[in-house]
Amino acid sequence: MIELRGVKKRFGEQVVLDGVDFEVREGETLALLGPSGTGKSVLLKHINGLIRPDQGKVIVDGREVATLHRKELSELRTTIGYVFQNGALFDSMNVFENVRLGLSDETKFNDMEYARTRVAECLKLVNLTPETMEKFPAQLSGGMRKRVGIARAIAGAPKYLLYDEPTSGLDPVNADIVDELVTRLDEELGVTSIMVTHDVRGAFNVADRIALLSDGRIVLQGTPDEFRQSNNPKVKAFLERDFENSSFAA
Amino acid sequence: MTSTILQLPRFTGRLILGFLAQFGRLSLLVVELVRGLAEVRIWVPRTMTEAATVGAGSLPIVFVIAAFAGAVTAFQAGYQWQTNLPVYVLGTLIVETIVLELGPVLIGLVLAGRIGARYAAELGTMRVTEQIDALESLGRSPASHLIIPRVLAATLMLPVLVIIADVVAVGAGWISVKQVLPVTDADFAFGAKYFWRPFDAYYSLIKATSFGFAIGLISCYMGFNTKQGAEGVGKATTAAIVTSSVVILLLNVLLAKILLTA
Repeated sequence: MIELRGVKKRFGEQVVLDGVDFEVREGETLALLGPSGTGKSVLLKHINGLIRPDQGKVIVDGREVATLHRKELSELRTTIGYVFQNGALFDSMNVFENVRLGLSDETKFNDMEYARTRVAECLKLVNLTPETMEKFPAQLSGGMRKRVGIARAIAGAPKYLLYDEPTSGLDPVNADIVDELVTRLDEELGVTSIMVTHDVRGAFNVADRIALLSDGRIVLQGTPDEFRQSNNPKVKAFLERDFENSSFAA
Repeated sequence: MTSTILQLPRFTGRLILGFLAQFGRLSLLVVELVRGLAEVRIWVPRTMTEAATVGAGSLPIVFVIAAFAGAVTAFQAGYQWQTNLPVYVLGTLIVETIVLELGPVLIGLVLAGRIGARYAAELGTMRVTEQIDALESLGRSPASHLIIPRVLAATLMLPVLVIIADVVAVGAGWISVKQVLPVTDADFAFGAKYFWRPFDAYYSLIKATSFGFAIGLISCYMGFNTKQGAEGVGKATTAAIVTSSVVILLLNVLLAKILLTA
């Protein structure tokens, strides 16, 4: 279980998170919605300790992330797969080496036969062929890079998956493919996921629960139905544009 | 006038805080490097690859710089030559100038640009494209994967490149001095050996090693702490070259004071 209690973070004069509280239960998929620049990615990076809160607590499986020692934090990170917005693939490595880095167990990492099989397996899960292994990130399309990023995140069989804008910059068709992929991975791997997005349609398609971050705070956290029925002006304002022409309005 | 007077302590305060923040971040990076040294299996192969890239890639520029530096030293020696001095002194002058000063300092400054810019730009780009965050999120240490190999490669390869530069520069100086003054090979070799002490070579290598370490550490630090996209990468790269160059000149003075005047 992932819990955030009163998390505050500021960069210089700019307050990004101003007392964020929320929790993600085992096995569920939570979509974290919010306008661009509201600190959704910053919040996500608190969960695996890439950013430390100024105040408040981030608790994963009962352990407070900010108080963990280097080795404990490293171990915790192997249980959390992180999918970066633009893939964050290592330019100097091919797809095989990139995905292989996701193998957290050093013995498995050094066993080339196992690594090759596991990388092919992960690529297959994200609908990529084994031939992709030899390609370098520069030779991949945006959608493929995101999928390789997902393959790297799942290679170590994590318990949690954090997606940072997995569909941003993709055309609607590819965005739908990634959304379907997220749903399928959650079901097949049984992971607990948090998906940061500003794509309302995708969030309603994928998530069990949705949270809206605005002005540094969680405005509402609930099921897609609770979101549709909410009278909160911030929720309504955020969803309004999509409600007008989208199927989830029904 | 009053506001200007009030701004001065604020400016000084900010400057001191900025310096302390940089010093703190650099110290933390050094601590991470020391911790990362335990992961031998990670950094050894990467250091080898990095050292080969840095060494082989820098050879052409080292040859060119060393040859020109040797030739110019010889021509200037010829220009300032006094006929009442024995000609073998030219051998001493050229060899000592190159080995003690020109070889390590010139190569250090040139490689501060070449290697320093490369390291800062590489790590800076990795920082702004979240590749370093990705490495950390995979439970892996950026120190052992990225920084230790680069710092060690620069520290190990600079002495090697300086030895090559010294040899090439002395050779170029030897050939060039014969074009401007009536010096025989025997005169030059005699002069070169007459005042030569093994300490001169050690001094050159100590300088090269410390310059290499400074270039590696400073440029990795600048790249690792890059902020704000492409502009940040540009700033980090410039800062890496300028700071490395200044530190090389500072170390040059310090080492001369400590090792030559003790």
